[in-house]
Amino acid sequence: MSDLSSRKLSRRKLITTGIAAAAGVSGLGVAARLAEKYGLIPPDHGGIWGLGETLTYASQRLLTRHSLAREFSRSQISKSPFPNEIEPPTDEFKRLQAGGFADWRLSVNGMVARPASFSIDELKSYPSHTQITMLQCEEGWSYIAEWIGVPLSQILQAVEVLPQARYVVYFSIEPDTWESIDMADALHPQTFLTYGMNGDELPVGHGGPLRLRLPRQVGYKNVKFITGLTVTDSMKGFGKGLGGANAEGGYAWYAGI
Amino acid sequence: MSFVPAACYHSRVGDSAYLPSAASAVPTAVPSTTAALRHSALVRATHWITALCFLALLVSGTNIVISHPRFYWGETGNDLTPTLFKLHIPASRNLVPTGYGYVLPDQNGWSRYLHFQSAWIVVFTGLLYIISGFVTGHFRRNLLPDKAELSWRSFSATVASHLRFQRPGEADAQSYNLLQRLSYLFVIFILFPFVIWTGLAMSPAFVSAFPATVNVLGGQQSARTLHFFVSLALVLFLLVHVGMVGFAGFRSRMRAMITGRASTNRSSTNRSSTNRSSTNRSSTNRSSTDMEST
Repeated sequence: MSDLSSRKLSRRKLITTGIAAAAGVSGLGVAARLAEKYGLIPPDHGGIWGLGETLTYASQRLLTRHSLAREFSRSQISKSPFPNEIEPPTDEFKRLQAGGFADWRLSVNGMVARPASFSIDELKSYPSHTQITMLQCEEGWSYIAEWIGVPLSQILQAVEVLPQARYVVYFSIEPDTWESIDMADALHPQTFLTYGMNGDELPVGHGGPLRLRLPRQVGYKNVKFITGLTVTDSMKGFGKGLGGANAEGGYAWYAGI
Repeated sequence: MSFVPAACYHSRVGDSAYLPSAASAVPTAVPSTTAALRHSALVRATHWITALCFLALLVSGTNIVISHPRFYWGETGNDLTPTLFKLHIPASRNLVPTGYGYVLPDQNGWSRYLHFQSAWIVVFTGLLYIISGFVTGHFRRNLLPDKAELSWRSFSATVASHLRFQRPGEADAQSYNLLQRLSYLFVIFILFPFVIWTGLAMSPAFVSAFPATVNVLGGQQSARTLHFFVSLALVLFLLVHVGMVGFAGFRSRMRAMITGRASTNRSSTNRSSTNRSSTNRSSTNRSSTDMEST
């Protein structure tokens, strides 16, 4: 084989490799822009874990936008639902608990036409919904319970969410405890503001009087003791902009896996 | 099904034009160079990416298990319910009744990030490997046992040589033996798909779209327990695999998987293996090396 033909071969290889690389890079660029447009980029997309987190969020968002979490029969409800640990209650919580949570308020603000505040009784005045779904913790344990509450979508409808809204941020009465979800999850029919469990009031250990229930994501997104919702189009300005206290603590913002 | 005779593939290895020195000096035509390699560039690249990802999955998976070293069967299970079995190790969460008086530091945040990122990379790598394996004939040529090899005599001969701890000879440096082929096929087409499936069956969002993936396994906790056992099977494979590499000749096997070139060291051919003597595979190659060594 002559030197000339081998050089030709290597040049051809160089050109095709170059074209392939350019196509790959521009393809990635187009994919990134499309992903941004369709809301497939999570707030914690930066850093060394951004690749896996973005792939997980984007693919699960595409596959599961409307799918319903598995519901179980009444006989499958766990007899021993593990409540997990809660922080020692604050003085404010103790005061509200002493009053039977009559003064508990859920404030809703941000990108909404009519900011509002709801008591537990006002939330209960909406038609109540139930779901028998599994709560699974990222640690590996789980239980099934009946959850009673009002779908978050109904409250968002009541306050008239503005069209540019992209996230709902939710805050707990526990200090530095907050999370956020995208509108697909916020408007999902199984995302509840939960005030009851297994036919009774929601016990304090399980987040009573009000817990955000999100059966398609693991436990830490199901924040207990909810006192506030803020609708926003960007996570910038909320803490470090990663979308939640757990994300700031090194846990993935999207926890559908 | 027709097979490309393995002898054709092996006979090229002995061609002097493809000895390491010659191959590096003269950039020869691409197709014959790849054919002369023990492992193609794609097999080598996917092998090492998979190896790295597997180690990352193993470390992060272990960390995740430590946060709740209890296993269940069915849909649910937690600290208040009986277990299927538990690992007698300390945990990284203080409410787990382990019997130890201390709690390990929480590593789940980065472990979960690393676990899923490695899973993505290994899935893409595996897809590339499997598609190219079918397209290039790698599976048919190098991994699928041929008919002669699947005889009981051949199988027992291979098993017997393994049981006698017979060191693999030159033929095994150029081609996989029957047990190797079967275990690689089992890992590639059974264990890896099953570990991915059982992993996805634990995802509440994934199973909301594909509930059958968890229902047929018997529930979410069953999926978790199965995921653990398939991981153990993969670890067992890894240990035997690395052990056999050491046994067969660490340097030559590593060189083959890194540079792609098989060992040309003749000293090893003196212990020519008998485990494949009942087949005609690579007979051309073996007869030539046997003549040289005797």
